[in-house]
Amino acid sequence: MTETTLARPLSRRPTSRARQESPVTLVGGPPPGPAELEARDACAWFGDHLVLEGVNLRMRAGEVTALIGPSGCGKSTFLRLLNRMHELVPGSALAGEILLDGEDIYAPGRRAQEVRMRIGMVFQKPNPFPAMTIRENVLSGLKLARIRCDDKERLVEESLERAGLWREVKDRLDRPGGALSGGQQQRLCIARSLAVHPNVLLMDEPCSALDPTSTRRIEDTIAELRGQVTVVIVTHNMQQAHRVSDHTAFFLAEENQPGQVIEQGPTAKIFSTPDDPRTLDYVQGRFG
Amino acid sequence: MSVLTTPRTDPGQRPGSGPVRPGTVSAPSFHRRRPRERTATDVVTLVGSLISAYCVNWLIFERILSGVDLFGFVVCTYLTFLVIFGVVTADRLGRLVATDRVVTLLVVTGALVVLVPLVVLIGYIVVEGLRALRPNFFVEDQQGITPLMPATAGGGSHAIVGTVEQVGLALLWSLPLGIAAAVFLNESRSRWRRPVRVFVDAMSGLPSIVAGLFIFAVLILPYAQSNNPLFGYNGFMASLALAITMLPTITRTVEVVLRLVPDGLREASLALGASRARTVWSVVFPTARTGMTTAVVLGIARAVGETAPLLFTAFGYDLMNSNPFRGPQESLPLFVYRNIRKPDEAAIARGFAGALVLMTIVLGLFAIARFVGRDRSRRQARAASMPRSTASSSARSSTP
Repeated sequence: MTETTLARPLSRRPTSRARQESPVTLVGGPPPGPAELEARDACAWFGDHLVLEGVNLRMRAGEVTALIGPSGCGKSTFLRLLNRMHELVPGSALAGEILLDGEDIYAPGRRAQEVRMRIGMVFQKPNPFPAMTIRENVLSGLKLARIRCDDKERLVEESLERAGLWREVKDRLDRPGGALSGGQQQRLCIARSLAVHPNVLLMDEPCSALDPTSTRRIEDTIAELRGQVTVVIVTHNMQQAHRVSDHTAFFLAEENQPGQVIEQGPTAKIFSTPDDPRTLDYVQGRFG
Repeated sequence: MSVLTTPRTDPGQRPGSGPVRPGTVSAPSFHRRRPRERTATDVVTLVGSLISAYCVNWLIFERILSGVDLFGFVVCTYLTFLVIFGVVTADRLGRLVATDRVVTLLVVTGALVVLVPLVVLIGYIVVEGLRALRPNFFVEDQQGITPLMPATAGGGSHAIVGTVEQVGLALLWSLPLGIAAAVFLNESRSRWRRPVRVFVDAMSGLPSIVAGLFIFAVLILPYAQSNNPLFGYNGFMASLALAITMLPTITRTVEVVLRLVPDGLREASLALGASRARTVWSVVFPTARTGMTTAVVLGIARAVGETAPLLFTAFGYDLMNSNPFRGPQESLPLFVYRNIRKPDEAAIARGFAGALVLMTIVLGLFAIARFVGRDRSRRQARAASMPRSTASSSARSSTP
């Protein structure tokens, strides 16, 4: 499984806390380090309904890419295209290629499980496994994806630490995960995704159900992850996109038309001097 | 009259206007209004109406007419009572309240009337059963029992052992099949789900004697000449017939509790790199665990009282036979059925003792099901399976 060692930028910026690349070793997990994700002419259908057309987008390794745009423009669909969750919807179809470090994740013979293990996902609604304790939730990825780990206690601590939850829950790791507050649950879900050491982390409006304080904590977490994991985040909150991302793509769907990427570029440019007037209107809150 | 002009007890105080300053305002004594409160006068009205209704009917039927049977008297008294109570309440409190009270009375009466047969049924079996039930019932079988011996002689231990073995084996066959079918119905995307669901529904309506007949015709009758005890009357054959009756109950109940597991959890599991099978095993099953336990208990409760499937499979036997794979075996419902048909009083009393034990077991199982499944998934799971099990429990209390 770990034969994919193509050219990957090794420029890992040192993180604020002097933490090196994860000291816990996983056997059978994803290869280490962030990975680059690229969509080429990606299209998506639900039944006969084309919802996304011709998306070309590069999500650089170790950077944070924000996907913004009004509701129903295909951002979430695009995100689910990136780790093969889209195909779980009955009647769905797609076109184009999604390249993970240069290799198409939809190539025949490529296992969806392996792709999803390397490209983690955090959902809009916090969904910790209710039948498991906090510790079991963090370690659930190992069990589910059949990854072996030599030191599970350290992995639990490391993952919760990276998700910014360790100090709050370290004394109650054996309590059920569902007993946490909404914001804590969402960070637990992030810790759960990070425990399998994914190369990419997809986040589908991770803060939309949370209060400002929890949102702040999760944004801090995303900032910490920069350089370690490639992050792609869908958000309706323009300020959030501005704060956390290096790169922004603006999605828009005209009436009865499929969604498209109108403009993409460095976040600073998109939010100050975009090329397309529609982008300017949107980021300045004039519509949407 | 509008609310604002309603005279208050203390006109100087305007409660709720501005901040309350402790010390300056001595808490005004509000008149608390409780629109649904029952006062003593209401109770007096109720009792008074009942008494006057009784008196009126007594006067009519006993003094003026030449009597009536109890049922007619109760019905007429009840109707008179409703009219009197309605008229008096309407006079006191107005038509709106009177309508409300009368309808409430009707509903409460309906509930009580429904409860009566249940209480009488259970009470009758308890009273009759306790007459013959002694501790030796649980340790002795019917060896050496003659028709002239008292009802307390001998016991039903062979029936209890048979029931436990047959239901246990039936659970062993039907549980894996039922869970597999439920997983197929809920977790797969096959287009055969609809036909299978219809089939399971149809199967739950299958008369249980047909299940017994099927096993008899397919597995016992063709091998009658072969002298192989496995394909004769025995507990194993009974367990197969019982498994057929349990299967739809378990399948439907498990399917309902699996459906209650949020899709978000399945997505979370798949997004971590799990296969679909792994997701079902490690995420869906643990989440639905309590509900699935309820399903198992309900399945057992359904099978433990079945008589018809055992008639030509276990066949019934008066002595202890603890080997379910060889020779006829007794079970509690068969014990009840066979004893109550006998002509002697003692045997009939023993049958009632068996019925009491059986009913206690079923009651205990339902109590366990309620206790285990008392989380959020309980209501839906019970809603799916209760109509069927209550129907069968009332059916099995009469002779098959």
